[in-house]
Amino acid sequence: MSILDAKIPEGPLAEKWTNHKNSINLVNPANKRNIDVIVIGTGLAGGSAAATLAELGYNVKTFCYQDSPRRAHSIAAQGGINAAKNYQGDGDSNYRLFYDTVKGGDYRSREANVYRLAEVSANIIDQCVAQGVPFAREYGGLLDNRSFGGVLVSRTFYAKGQTGQQLLLGAYSAMNRQINRGKIKAYNRHEMLDIVKVDGKARGIIARNLVTGEIERHSAHAVVLASGGYGNVFFLSTNAMGSNVTAAWKAHRRGAFFANPCYTQIHPTCIPVSGEHQSKLTLMSESLRNDGRIWVPKKKEDAEAIRAGKLKPTDLKEEDRDYYLERRYPAFGNLVPRDVASRAAKERCDAGFGVNKTGEAVYLDFKSAIQRYGKEEALIQGNKNPTDAEVYELGAKVVENKYGNLFQMYEKIVDQNPYKTPMMIYPAVHYTMGGIWVDYNLMTTVEGLYATGEANFSDHGANRLGASALMQGLADGYFVLPYTIGDYLSKDIRTGPIPTDTKEFEAVEKDVRDRIHKLMSGSGKHSVDYFHKKLGKIMWNKCGMSRNAKDLQEAITEIAELRKEFWADVKIPGTADGLNQELEKAGRVADFLELGELFAKDALHRNESAGGHYREESVEESGEQKGEALRDDENFKYVAAWEYKGEPKDAVLHKEELIFENIELKTRSYK
Amino acid sequence: MKLTLKIWRQANAQAKGQMVTYPIDGVEEDMSFLEMLDVLNEDLINKGEEPVVFDHDCREGICGSCSLQINGEPHGPDRLVTTCQLHMRMFNDGDTIVIEPFRATAFPVIKDLMVDRSSFDRIQQAGGYISVNTSGNTIDANAIPVEKENADDAFYAATCIGCGACVAACKNASAMLFTSAKVSQYALLPQGEVEAATRVLNMVEQMDKEGFGNCTNTGACEVECPKGISLENIARMNREYLAASLKG
Repeated sequence: MSILDAKIPEGPLAEKWTNHKNSINLVNPANKRNIDVIVIGTGLAGGSAAATLAELGYNVKTFCYQDSPRRAHSIAAQGGINAAKNYQGDGDSNYRLFYDTVKGGDYRSREANVYRLAEVSANIIDQCVAQGVPFAREYGGLLDNRSFGGVLVSRTFYAKGQTGQQLLLGAYSAMNRQINRGKIKAYNRHEMLDIVKVDGKARGIIARNLVTGEIERHSAHAVVLASGGYGNVFFLSTNAMGSNVTAAWKAHRRGAFFANPCYTQIHPTCIPVSGEHQSKLTLMSESLRNDGRIWVPKKKEDAEAIRAGKLKPTDLKEEDRDYYLERRYPAFGNLVPRDVASRAAKERCDAGFGVNKTGEAVYLDFKSAIQRYGKEEALIQGNKNPTDAEVYELGAKVVENKYGNLFQMYEKIVDQNPYKTPMMIYPAVHYTMGGIWVDYNLMTTVEGLYATGEANFSDHGANRLGASALMQGLADGYFVLPYTIGDYLSKDIRTGPIPTDTKEFEAVEKDVRDRIHKLMSGSGKHSVDYFHKKLGKIMWNKCGMSRNAKDLQEAITEIAELRKEFWADVKIPGTADGLNQELEKAGRVADFLELGELFAKDALHRNESAGGHYREESVEESGEQKGEALRDDENFKYVAAWEYKGEPKDAVLHKEELIFENIELKTRSYK
Repeated sequence: MKLTLKIWRQANAQAKGQMVTYPIDGVEEDMSFLEMLDVLNEDLINKGEEPVVFDHDCREGICGSCSLQINGEPHGPDRLVTTCQLHMRMFNDGDTIVIEPFRATAFPVIKDLMVDRSSFDRIQQAGGYISVNTSGNTIDANAIPVEKENADDAFYAATCIGCGACVAACKNASAMLFTSAKVSQYALLPQGEVEAATRVLNMVEQMDKEGFGNCTNTGACEVECPKGISLENIARMNREYLAASLKG
């Protein structure tokens, strides 16, 4: 019997959350004033949780490494947020959103959590509109929707290509209201460096003031980790430069199990790498796949000519183009889920059909969409026989209205006009489905320590569907955690403030100081980035889109060696008692160097292909699905939760069996 | 390409700063401006010197962290981009580039090119929100129809990233464009109406308290804004302010 108890409530799926809310303990408003909560991270999950907890009456302290909560990386989410509103009347429902999410996640997520997510999704939209989030609207004044990958309905709400920005600024505004009332104290430019436990319960943190370098103690009755994902373990990803695993990893070292670290989302539509100097990758929203068609040349010699600069994509005739997603997956076409689209792009490029200088790019073409919209628009305007130029102009305008900012961003980075020539795209690391293990209440294996949003593992299984990250972050923060945390805090109404002048705080603070001292005393051979880039190369080449046992074993050895080298030879100029960006990076890379090894270990143990985790050893050998990923439900239908035991290689595996009572496990087919 | 960089170095808020010259070689035109600075910093670190400190995070033009006054212009010579999206193809071999922090009384320097923009947060805290509870007991989203044109204008105002380029571009270091963008977003939506008067009065009061200058309608802020926030927002805020003052 597993020591993991997911605490899933009894009863039928659709009634679990309501029943649970009705049966858990509450804290009365007067007592809430005596309870403190720390929230790490101020993105959608942290910002929304902080605002709601403060509104309920708790005293909240927020921490973020950025100079303002508004800069958390949720802000960069482009495409949209899902909600089962069924405004389009196209057959959407809570069950369908639940079903799509579990299927999209390749049956590796927890039914009860996902159903709850679908259940509260509609409320998120109501909430955000009430807050003044300016979603896109139709001419009648009602909200507009669009489609995203892996689904057959139109349930995505959006604000042009800046949905994440608008939702985050909504959460930030809710936070500001509470800051103004004195219910939230925001510690910006602060980095959480460790968790303090008292009698086994999370009771505070040690943080570093990034401006002064001071090490600070902060106590609370509960700690919420909303610190995002760990995609930057790959060095190159669509994450922000500062996105890191430190808070989650420190929690792991203090007893929080880390679940499914190998589940990484490689997003199919990113701007390809341009050279060695590349510091990060830029996403082009999945929403572009609504209208863009993905292709490579049908003939290898055409691909070669394009790579050599002798042929332009616009010169290629229709019959010489291979719209490989439409060819392989006629039912979903360009809107297959992200993992499927990414692997298909890699397959074509590995086979020699890639298109830019490096051979690692495919086309995303808007020509058909521009023509289709142009003709439609001409008719609306009463022009029955428009010229080609008129059609193009009208169509381009429609496309600009939908994706203008993305097209502009592409043009600034690549220096090509995507209205005239197809975009070049290639998959890049984007999101991590794995994260801190949590139960139904979002509590980790450390009592009083919670994890929400991308930082936890709970809702997306082995692959996340588009527009679901924003939904999960806000669901956790606005509607789930504020209820479930009350059940735990109801036991703390008589505890009183947690003192920080105790041996527990002292011991953890000493650990933090020792570690900083150790970092500062490296021999000084190489910069932090030198090590981070090396780690990224190992991860991308051996734990990337396609994995095998030999590569993964090598990765484990290489990362362990690199970690040793890092601690001996890292070079950090300046001192620790003031602002030092190299020291900040070094602390984060040190944690990535441990996580990377656990990641590879997890990927090695999971000898099946599931969602974003593709093992070359586990592929369909015959039939209609020949060549597609092969899941192994008999042996791997579980969450892999790892317990820290010193070195990452010594981590102990605990399994949470996944039970499917409401969904029949099937081969995930998008054909 | 080969460039000469003249960069503002300042050890901390109290220290006196100065311009320091750094030659740099091997800059490629596909590099972003910040990637060019990464190359410089890697070189400085390898030489045992302290790297140049600057704010940056998302590097895709949306978080608003990056700043930099480049050759006298916030976010440099290109239009409608932040520094992180500015590419070196905008410069020529042999150029000298002057890099300074955003300058304003309300944006004190923290170190080198990094400034403290918490005054922006305090303006938002003074009223940049709608007072609804986040507990989810609201009305259905489609029960509040909004005219598409107003919704779109509210959206455009709301795309402000809070970088501070408007302040750095203004000879008076005024924060009118920043403040008016938030006031406009809510003024254009029915949800924002209830608190419209107190919002604009409180936000403007806080803006003045922070030491931002007055607006003299030169329009420099709109030109330099990486998100193209329109001057119309300032006009709208002035109308809102007048109406709120008269309401008294």
